[in-house]
Amino acid sequence: MTAAIAPGAIRRAFRHPSFAIGAGLTALLVLVALVSLIWTPYSPYEIDMAAKLAEPSGGHWFGQDQLGRDILSLAMAGAQNSIMVGVIAVGVGLTLGMILGAIATAEGGWVEELVMRFSDLTFAFPAILSAIMFTAVFGPGIVVSIIAIGIFNIPIFARVTQASAKAIWAREYTTAARAAGKSRARITIDHVLPNILSALTVQGTIQFANAILWEASLSYLGFGTQPPHPSWGRMLNDAQAHMFDAPWLAIYPGVAIMLAVLGLNLLGDGLRDLLDPRLVRSR
Amino acid sequence: MALLDVEDLKVSLRTSRGMAQAVRGVSFQLERGDTMGLIGESGSGKSITALSLLGLLPEGAKVEGHIRLDGRELVGRPEAELCKIRGNRIAFVFQEPMTALNPVHTIGRQVAEPMTIHRCITHGAARAEVIRLLDRVGLPDASKRVDAYPHQLSGGQRQRVTIAMALACGPDILIADEPTTALDVTIQNQILDLIGELVAESGMALILISHDLGVIAENAARMMVMYGGSVVESGPTAEVFRHMGHPYSQGLFAARPKLGAPRGEQLKTIPGTVPELADLPTGCPFSDRCGLVIDACRTTPPPAMPVGPDHVARCIRLDVALANMAVAR
Repeated sequence: MTAAIAPGAIRRAFRHPSFAIGAGLTALLVLVALVSLIWTPYSPYEIDMAAKLAEPSGGHWFGQDQLGRDILSLAMAGAQNSIMVGVIAVGVGLTLGMILGAIATAEGGWVEELVMRFSDLTFAFPAILSAIMFTAVFGPGIVVSIIAIGIFNIPIFARVTQASAKAIWAREYTTAARAAGKSRARITIDHVLPNILSALTVQGTIQFANAILWEASLSYLGFGTQPPHPSWGRMLNDAQAHMFDAPWLAIYPGVAIMLAVLGLNLLGDGLRDLLDPRLVRSR
Repeated sequence: MALLDVEDLKVSLRTSRGMAQAVRGVSFQLERGDTMGLIGESGSGKSITALSLLGLLPEGAKVEGHIRLDGRELVGRPEAELCKIRGNRIAFVFQEPMTALNPVHTIGRQVAEPMTIHRCITHGAARAEVIRLLDRVGLPDASKRVDAYPHQLSGGQRQRVTIAMALACGPDILIADEPTTALDVTIQNQILDLIGELVAESGMALILISHDLGVIAENAARMMVMYGGSVVESGPTAEVFRHMGHPYSQGLFAARPKLGAPRGEQLKTIPGTVPELADLPTGCPFSDRCGLVIDACRTTPPPAMPVGPDHVARCIRLDVALANMAVAR
């Protein structure tokens, strides 16, 4: 089913600067999240009012927040939160979006029109606004925001699937498969999906970055992750009141969000170049 | 009862300018072992005729008339039933071997596909049969190449693979739509010879589509010349080449490059271009480009006029056309 990886492909991939930096940053993100599961310098929930807003020091590298919690520990635990949001939201969006997009293209006609116009409709709403609407109806919280982000990923993946699948359906080998007596469903599974996986992988990486950003925004606005659960957006919210007297409260979670989003976007760019043979040749 | 009986087939396609009649009343019959050539310029309706036999027309196409396979009507049959016929009773070889194979699957898997669909066997069980087929179509080292990907094969080898795929279920009718257009001249003959051998040994019927008179002359016992969605001339190939009746067939024949022609001699062309389907004249489709046109040509579609045994041409100026041809020779 899967094509074998050509020899030298991995070495070539790591010579691609975007891919190498992106993969490195993403690996760091995952590593930090994994480490934080078993070890953080302090407990991210441990309050020390005596040391509130303490500057970065040898004992607390990133300093302490308004409740005296260790910022390094909070930032590490926040990575878990971001990854969880990304995985679930992209998983939901990718699965449902791919199914809808593939069915739309295979069926054509009014089914395709319906699915695509419906995804246009959801595009017309800014995702973050829709997510706030969701939390307004169902109450703020991490689960509701993950679902909201996931739902607004569906039309994005549906559209990518539809556009790439349409190109595959126009290829002669799908006509050949039809001439061999294959049903549209089987052609979709056997011929269309394997050929559009690369486009979906690239989009998935980029949506992962967006999901992290959306979750941080929602949490910053107070609709996402609820205290005391650590979240980068939540930390920025706390930092807002102390922007000038204790800037480290804002700098470290801000840098964490930036690096995570940058890393995933570079990874997506790199993957797009590497998975599309035409782009590689023209470089 | 004929194996395939096509009667007054009409196909309309949806275009940006409304419905256009791509096929206008085509009729023919095929028996097992028959080889029929279908010749015409791009846009003459030959590929649409072939695709309509399998119900593989683009979305929004409308089919009228009858297509009967062993007496059973195919027009208007539900998709699921047509799927049982495609690749099983009627198989297709496409023009572009470069794109007719899926780049992400091995060729063995793709050749086995029709068998797994129609014969309910697994890919593993089909493997021996696949190797036998690849060997039969002349793919060198078939037992090793069965796991190769399409990009590892040359154009001619890929066309052999698509032929193996078409043969997988032992179809009754093989439709080859310009199977050699994308190949080198030296490979063209090998592929056509292979198709000829396979047709002879299995007793299939062959519909060979081409725009190359030479290909039709050598590989088909009967031929139909299509222009503007109509069959303008049809008959046994030898008969048609002996007395080309229709001015369009004559134009095609005159336009072929000739070996030994004096240096610098220009190729003859048919003046004008193939009109768009929506712009075809009401009378004879060829009337706007024909040198023999008279007013009557433009008013009503010409009837089929006998030229020789089993040989007809749709031209009301047949006598003049035949006389011209006799003088030219």
